[in-house]
Order: sequence, then structure tokens, then C-alpha cells
Amino acid sequence: MRVSKSIGGSRRSSFLAVHLSLLIATFPLPGMAQQESCVTCHQALEGRLSAPVKEMEADVHAKRGLGCSGCHGGDPTRIGMDAMDPRAGYLGAPKPAEVPAFCGRCHSDPAYMRRYNPRMPTDQLAEYKTSVHGQRLARGDTKVATCTSCHGVHPVRAVTDPRSPVYATNIPETCGRCHADPAYMKGYEIPTDQLSKYKQSVHGEALLQQGNRLAPACNGCHGNHGAVPPGVESIANVCAQCHSATRDLFVKSPHKVPFDKLGLPECSTCHGNHEVARPTDEMIGTGPQAFCTRCHEPGSKGLAAAQAMRASLEALKSRLGEAQALVSQAANAGVEMSDARLTLQEAQTRLIQARNVIHSFSPKQVESVTAEGLKFAEKGVAAGKAGLAEVRFRRRGLSIALVILVGTAILLFLKVREMERQRMGPHP
Amino acid sequence: MEEARRGFVSWTEERLRLGAIREFLRHKTVPVHRYSFVYYFGGITLFLFIVQVITGILLLLYYRPSADAAYESVQFIMSKVRFGWLIRSIHSWSANLMVGWVFVHMFSTFFYRAYRRPRELTWVSGALMLFLTLAFAFTGYLLPWNKLAFFATKVGTELAGDVPLVGKYILLLLRGGEDITEATLSRFFGIHVAILPALATVILGIHLALVQVHGMSRPISVRAEREIPFYPNFLLRDLAVWVLVLALLATLATLYPWPLGEKADPLAPAPPGIRPEWYFLFMFQTLKLLPSRILLLEGEEIGILAFLLGGLVLLLVPFLDVWAQREQASRWVTAVGVLAIVYLVVMTVLGLALPAI
Repeated sequence: MRVSKSIGGSRRSSFLAVHLSLLIATFPLPGMAQQESCVTCHQALEGRLSAPVKEMEADVHAKRGLGCSGCHGGDPTRIGMDAMDPRAGYLGAPKPAEVPAFCGRCHSDPAYMRRYNPRMPTDQLAEYKTSVHGQRLARGDTKVATCTSCHGVHPVRAVTDPRSPVYATNIPETCGRCHADPAYMKGYEIPTDQLSKYKQSVHGEALLQQGNRLAPACNGCHGNHGAVPPGVESIANVCAQCHSATRDLFVKSPHKVPFDKLGLPECSTCHGNHEVARPTDEMIGTGPQAFCTRCHEPGSKGLAAAQAMRASLEALKSRLGEAQALVSQAANAGVEMSDARLTLQEAQTRLIQARNVIHSFSPKQVESVTAEGLKFAEKGVAAGKAGLAEVRFRRRGLSIALVILVGTAILLFLKVREMERQRMGPHP
Repeated sequence: MEEARRGFVSWTEERLRLGAIREFLRHKTVPVHRYSFVYYFGGITLFLFIVQVITGILLLLYYRPSADAAYESVQFIMSKVRFGWLIRSIHSWSANLMVGWVFVHMFSTFFYRAYRRPRELTWVSGALMLFLTLAFAFTGYLLPWNKLAFFATKVGTELAGDVPLVGKYILLLLRGGEDITEATLSRFFGIHVAILPALATVILGIHLALVQVHGMSRPISVRAEREIPFYPNFLLRDLAVWVLVLALLATLATLYPWPLGEKADPLAPAPPGIRPEWYFLFMFQTLKLLPSRILLLEGEEIGILAFLLGGLVLLLVPFLDVWAQREQASRWVTAVGVLAIVYLVVMTVLGLALPAI
């Protein structure tokens, strides 16, 4: 009778359904699994009280055999409101500030988590406490993200599930739900254009348009549970997670010391952060889009070096372009040019390497790579020219063959006609 | 000197009996009338076959039938072997022209009722050559082991798998397993360069012998204006046409060399727009248009059964066309021929125009 009171007498149909369900739950028919009383009651309710029952079907915890009581406590073997007895460990729904600790009861317990997934980390809560979110929460700011803000609740899906808000390609939008909302972020005094900038960036393009899950999303640079903005001193290390060769070059370059002295973040000084664009050759040199002119004075040694490196790149690009055009022209005319294409790939690889070696800021090093590339480009030009010479040779040969063949056919027809004229004799 | 020549002629005559052949050729004539041009069609097909044999043997010197080496060996032929590009390109162009020309030759023979008594077996051997030609084309297409050929063969062998009851076994037999693998390549190679040539030699030999024995058929109710000797007059005319076809082949092979495409990758997904070669498109398109179930059988099984029946009818045309045996050109038979052409053309065009799988 306690159950019927709690539901309210006006809902007669719900009342009957609940009682019927309870009857089945208490005395399950043979072959039926024992159901938690939470589900039995809540599925007969309406609105937000019944929604979790349906939503939990897709929940990763439910799939591992955890029921409502796994998180919310209580005794699901008891019937009705009695199941929600605090003395039986019932916790109810946690307040936002309580969520990290609520999830951490299990997720910070290695012994417990090992039973489900031995490879799963259990330091999320500890990391969270070091994050900007965690620290603000500790100071009483309940607007900050907690576990459920990102992972969702009812259902919480596995991070490998493409429908999860924290699946790689969904992360930018998940973070953007708060960080791209100027009204929500009001008062924090941080920009809210990161998401739109990221979408335009080379990383955003790779992740969101090409579906390359290895491309960094917000967490790639800021971390997951311990999310913080990387400081000046750590930006280069963050980028070096993927761009390690570039970082090595920079560390040995003449830029390293002055950047450190000036307190400039290494990579993002030229490339920016959220808006990291696809680098272009125009970024180096003395042109209007060149970054070098921002710091280096006209006529300085630095600008001369920039100009020299740009010139090396342009020389290789120009010769490579010429070779590619020749090889394509010969290939389109039907000459087998796969060897030449392989040679051009080598030249292209050297061009890519040279663009990376720019980060050494040493014209000599850049030139040593472009010189190798130029050798391959020259081979490509020679192969392209040979291919086009082959096309001319083939066409000349065809012309001669056609003259001989058509001439032979005409002579044969004339011969046959002559033979037939002789055979038929003179016309009367 | 004269004595030595006579002695040599007498020696060869005694052993080879060339006199009988000379005598035969001396009396063999070819009728001349307004449709005589069709007499060159068979010769053109034969010429294209000879080109296939010669270029095929040359390609065989370098081709390596394994999944690791097939593509590379064709690439080698096209880039490193002197005139290899020309030989390979002529082989591919000639194969396609031959398939097309076999159909032209067959339909011209059909409409002029050249299969009527006593040439029934000439027709039957010709129909068998048509099937062999299609088998040559089908098996040869896979040999470069490129992407298009790989997936087109997959589609093509799936058609064979639709034969009711035994389709699964035919599919396994053709592929040498469940999938297109190196086993498929090596058996297609064996079929292409050994089994089919052996069969073709026998059947083509019979076909040509019957053509020589019975001579050229004159269409019903067409009167010959005159007759010309087969040797040397008609043979020289044939030769002139062959020379022109060779010129056409050289032009196509030089100006439009047959592309090699990308190497097959069995693990890669099928590229969009995969369809069989043009000569199998009518079958492919028909099977696509059929409903999934007809009566108790699957639509594709019914389609394949219909094609098998069509092949049988084609073989038996001389025995089914009873009017032709009475020297009458039935309009019904002509209508069937026209309908067959319309069907082949429409289905092929639809196959090319509509999106593939």
C-alpha cells in the first residue's frame, strides 16, 4: 500500500500496472529473470521518472550487469518505496557537486574496476581534481563540467561507441556545448570562439571532415579529466606528442633561446592554437603572409635566412611541378610512367621533409634536403621528356605503318581488279 | 635446274598430295552479289583471332601468373620490353574487336540464313566459337590483376554462381575457392592459354574446313551476278581487308593504348561503378532488372536458366528454322533476330548508363 500512496490515487491505470508488475517481480514465472524493483516501479511511471528505465537499455553499466542500485544504492529486492531506504544504502540522484565523488566510488577503485576492464584507468577523479573544472567545483562553482556533463547520464555509453558524447569525433561539440555558449560562459572571461576556430583548423578538418580519429580534438591538447589550458612552457610538449620530429628541430634551432627568453610559446607563436591552419610556404620568407617579418627587421640576417629557405623550397617546387606536368602529359598519351611517378614521389617526400626542416631555421639544412629532392625532380623531368619523345616516336611510327598498310591494301585491290578484268576479258 | 625443280615437286607431291588442294582451290568460287561484303566478316574474325594468338604468345614470354607478379609483369611489358606496349595494347584492342566482330559475323550469317542445309554444322561450330570467344575474353580480362578486372571478375563469377543447383560448384570451380585469389588467377591463366586454345584449334579447324567444303552460302532468293575464283582473287581481297583491319588496330593501339589501371587489392573495398566488360553487360543488366523472386525460384536463377536456354536455342538455330530448310526466309525468324539485337543493344546501353552496384 505504500507504493500506491506514493504514486497517487488519481493514476488508477498506473496503480494497477504497478501492482501487476510487482506481483510478477515478486513471484517471477519460470524462465523469467529476477527484475530490480526500481525498474518494476519506474517503468510504470511517466516522464522523467520512467525515462531512465528505457535509457538504461543502452547504458554501458547496464550491459555489464549493473542495475540502478549499482549507482543509486538502495535494496532492489524490496518492494516499492521501501527499496529506497537510506538505511539500505540508498543515495538517490547526486547533486552536480557530488557527481565526481559519486562516480569515483567505483571508477577510482582499481580492485573493483579490474573486474570489468583491467585496462581501464582509475585516476579520473584524481585528475579531475587537478583540472580547472575540478578546482572550480571545489570552490563551489557548480556550473563547471562534471563526469555526467561530458559522458552523459542514462545512458552512459562506452567511449568507443560513436553515439557517446565523448567519442573522438563528438568531443569538440561536447566541449562546445558550454565553451561555445557565450551566455553560459559569461563571467569566466575566456573566449567562446574555440569551437568555430577548431572546426576551421587543420586538426578539425582531419577529425570532423575526414573522420581521422587520430587527429587531436580538445582533449588531445588539454587533456581529458585533468583538462587545463596548456601553459607557455608546455605548449611545445603538447604539440610534440604528434609532431616530435618538428619539435626536435626547433629545440636545436637558433629560435629556442630567444623564444624562451621572451616567454613566447613555441609552436603557437606562428601557428596559433585552436585555429592551427594548414601551413603554407608563404608563412616563411619576407612576403606579406610571412611570419618572419613580425620579429625580424628588414635587412637582418634572420630575414636573409628566411628568404634563402623559401628560395630553396620554391626551386624544388618549381622543378617538381615541371616534372609532374611532363610525366602526366606522357602518361595521358598512353606511355607507362609508373617508374617516373615513383621518382616524383621521392621528390615530393623531400619537399615535405624540407618544409619540416624549416623548423631548424637553418638555410643550410633546408638546402641539403631540397638538393636531394631536386635530383629526383631532375630525373622526373628527364623521364617526362623521354616519355614525350616516346609518344612522338610512336606517332611517327604509326604514320609510316599506316602509309605502308593502306598502300598495300590499295595495291592488293588494284591487283585483284586487274586480275578480274583480265579474266572477264575485254568488254564487247 | 629444271630437273631438280621437277624432282622436288614430285617428291613433295608424293608425300603431301598438294595437287588435290590445288585442284580443289582451282574449282572453288565465291558468288558475287549485292550482299557479298558479308563474306569478309568471317575472315576479319579469323584475322583478329590470329592476331590474338601471335600477340598472346609474345605476351606469354614475359607474363607471370601470380598475384604478386602478374600486375608488375604487365607493367614491365608496357614500360621495359621493346614494343611491349604495342603488343599488349593490340592484344587488348583485338580481343574487344574480335568479340564485337563475332557477333556481327553471327548475325549476318543468321539474317542470310547461311546455316541452312548443308551448313548446319558450320553454324553449330561457329556458335561454339562464340562461346569460346566469350570465355577467352572473360579469362583474359583478369590476367593483368588490376583493380577493375579483379572486381569485374568477382561480379562475373557471381553470375555463374546463380546457375540453379550446380551454381555453387561452378563458382568454386571457376574461382578455385570461395573468393577471387591467386588460385583464380592461375586457373584463369591455364584456361586462357591452354584449355581454350586447344578447344578453339579443334572447333575452328572444323569450322574452317566446313566453310571450305561447302563454300560461301548465297542468301535465299539472291541471284549471283557472277562468280570469282576463291584463289587467288577472293583470298587477295580478304588479305587487303585484313591489312586494313591491321591498320585500324595499329591506330587504336597507338593513339589509345589500353590502360593498365591500379593493381588489385583484394582487401580494398570495391570501387564504385564496377560492372563486367561491355560484352557481358546485357546479362548483368538483365539479372539486375529481374525481380528477386519469380514463382518458386530466385529471379537471378531464372535469368541464368533463360541465358542457358538462349545459348541452346542459338546452337540449334539451323534445326529450328524449318522454313530456311525449304529455302524460305521466314519473317518470324527475322523478327526474332531483330528482337535479339534490340535486346542486346538496349540492355548493354542501360548497363552502361544506369548506376552500377
